[in-house]
Amino acid sequence: MSLRNNRLAAWAALALGLSAAALALIFFVAPNDADQGFSQRIFYFHVPIALTAYGCFFVGAWKAFRHLWKGDPTADLESYVAIHQGVIFGVLTLATGSIWAKISWGHWWLWSEKQLTLFLVLFLFYSAYFMLRFSVDDGPQRANLSAVYALFGVVLIPISFLAIRLAQNYIHPVVFTRHGPAFHGTILWTFCVSLAAMLALAATLYRIELTGKRLDSRLRELRELLA
Amino acid sequence: MSTAEKYVTAAYLVVFVVVLGYVLIIAAKMQRLERELGELVELARRRSDG
Repeated sequence: MSLRNNRLAAWAALALGLSAAALALIFFVAPNDADQGFSQRIFYFHVPIALTAYGCFFVGAWKAFRHLWKGDPTADLESYVAIHQGVIFGVLTLATGSIWAKISWGHWWLWSEKQLTLFLVLFLFYSAYFMLRFSVDDGPQRANLSAVYALFGVVLIPISFLAIRLAQNYIHPVVFTRHGPAFHGTILWTFCVSLAAMLALAATLYRIELTGKRLDSRLRELRELLA
Repeated sequence: MSTAEKYVTAAYLVVFVVVLGYVLIIAAKMQRLERELGELVELARRRSDG
């Protein structure tokens, strides 16, 4: 438990340090974009948050797969927490994306943009996961149904990610092309630090929530034993 | 403050507020768990005392 707490503290310190470094790089080092100017700075948090949301959904699906394949007793709760994190980062992706869209395109949302719509579909799909999960009583049936649902959603992740590359007409910028990232130098470094900060933040929040859920479950068992 | 600066500030504030809200919810939950644990310890102590 002590080792686990130390690891959690280490993750929290890493997330805090990287976030501070990312903010310093974004506002004091990274240059203004030639096309979008100052507003392009939203990119440094918006894209890493979106990639983190994809990562969380993928981890949730992977844990669901482990639950179904190996019968890992901890995997169901881990899958649930990862998907919960994915939804939180999904909300942030949609909110920061809308703000960036308003300043760049003059619209809060464009239904014609395939990547936006597909991300919204992915987000709503995993939001509905909680409706399914909490409509079934606690037990193996709930764990199995939730795992199958989480696995279905994994198909949407590459479709959503690749949508912008498959689209013929788009205005949403492409960050990673087939030839590598579409930027270099300070911008690339700032982006990498921001991405690391978001991943560390997600890992920290994941561990905190998982610890809380496990503690809640143990206390419930203890209460039943003492009743 | 220019329009671009306002929008950038709004975007970063949204991230900060959502993360802060999440941390506050988790902190409230941890406090509830701590209270429940205290109640269970008290219950177990009363049982062992007879």
